[in-house]
Amino acid sequence: MALTREESSPLFAGTAAGTLRLIFYLAMAVVLMVLDHRNGWLWRMRYATAIVVEPVYRLASLPVDGMHALGVAFADRRMLTEQNQRLREDLLLANAKLNRMAAVAQQNERLKELLDTQHSLELHVQMARVVGMDLGAYRHRIMINLGARDGIKSGQPVIDAHGVMGQIIDVLPTSSAVMLVTDPDHALPVVVERTGLRTIAYGSRNGEQLALPTIPMAADVRVGDKLLTSGLGGRFPEGFPVGEITNVAPAASGMFLEAKANPSADIDRSDEVLVLHDLAEPVGPPPPPSPAGPPSDEAPAPATTATVAHPTTLAPSGKPASAQTAAAPPEVPQP
Amino acid sequence: MNRQRVSFWWFVGTLFASLLLMLIPLPHVLEPFKPYWPALVLLYWAMESGEQRVTLGLAFILGVCADMLNGVLLGEQALRLCVLAFIALRFRSRLRFFPMWQQTLAVLALLLNDRFLLLVVRAFAGESTPPALWWASPFVSGLLWPFLFLLLDDLRMRLRLQ
Repeated sequence: MALTREESSPLFAGTAAGTLRLIFYLAMAVVLMVLDHRNGWLWRMRYATAIVVEPVYRLASLPVDGMHALGVAFADRRMLTEQNQRLREDLLLANAKLNRMAAVAQQNERLKELLDTQHSLELHVQMARVVGMDLGAYRHRIMINLGARDGIKSGQPVIDAHGVMGQIIDVLPTSSAVMLVTDPDHALPVVVERTGLRTIAYGSRNGEQLALPTIPMAADVRVGDKLLTSGLGGRFPEGFPVGEITNVAPAASGMFLEAKANPSADIDRSDEVLVLHDLAEPVGPPPPPSPAGPPSDEAPAPATTATVAHPTTLAPSGKPASAQTAAAPPEVPQP
Repeated sequence: MNRQRVSFWWFVGTLFASLLLMLIPLPHVLEPFKPYWPALVLLYWAMESGEQRVTLGLAFILGVCADMLNGVLLGEQALRLCVLAFIALRFRSRLRFFPMWQQTLAVLALLLNDRFLLLVVRAFAGESTPPALWWASPFVSGLLWPFLFLLLDDLRMRLRLQ
């Protein structure tokens, strides 16, 4: 390595030192890749250098924002009026639906209270803007302008007005990366709205579509069926629209039906997205009821430590232990 | 001294601009045709200034920066740019005196090799093979090369930079 370049015949400048240097750098690159593949160094480095990286991202998104601003500035009046009209109609329709739903939602809430479940229909969301930037990886990831400082955590679902978009995978201080549902690495537990069939929607390799490769042969799935999140898996809350089936055919293996679906969210057109803050219902069996015995001050010492230890371990599952100690749900009268 | 400093900043500026260009998204339809800007600019400087400026270390650093900004895997672009710079430096004296069309073909070959390398790396990382349109990018880069080369060369001449 200490050799200086003395070569005076540049036409055939192949020296051992040059090749050695190449091998050295290639080895370094390979080491970096392996380390990153194993431990996810890339995002740690991005996080550490966020003070440099994030302004560059903002800079790179300027042209897109500029185009957007230009589009607004030069849009002609007719188009804007049309858009306004359409939005107003949408709002009217949405409000009408909402009014009708309000009563139903209230009723639902009351019934659920009776059944002693904690599931609520409220949404806790944060609005985020998409940062117009190319993240490599065939555009199955987007950046949004909320980050760790806004309380964003990895794993939160991201939706838009029409359906599920994806989930947060990496967080920087003031921005974060979202993996879209169409990413080949993404899988999402869904349920077919019409029949209640549960299956899994994967992102597809080359398109804007979702693939459902493991539907049982005998299942009743048709083109036009709507897919909703099933809430299994514990990431996405249940009941959000995911997509609509466009094609059903037997898989190449002949053991399953394979369906394709179009995502309902505007995957490549959304400017604003919503980051959900409430997570899915905890999965798995309900936590065991805390031991109902005599009041703790009368119980022997070891029992009290047990009851103290219990709620702390159960706390992340989201259901307060008090809800479990309540009486069994009222019996539903049989007709 | 001043002139030297200006030409140094011009050099760094073009590299930085290439990273920015890489980050800027294109309309969705054009996305697969996006040229690999850092490679093109690095190739230009490798042919123009040779080892005085473009060394393997610089290619490595540029690659790591590119990976940090938009990478799937840290070190991936560092590897690709190192290989690219190595080949370009080794054949520099021949590439420089090629007529433009031959040079363009050589650049195309280099970029195709680069894509192939990327394919290998991604296969090792366990990612799925990309669609056929993914191979369009080197050809677009090759088409752009003469214009980029002439533009950068012309600017350099006009600004009387090294």
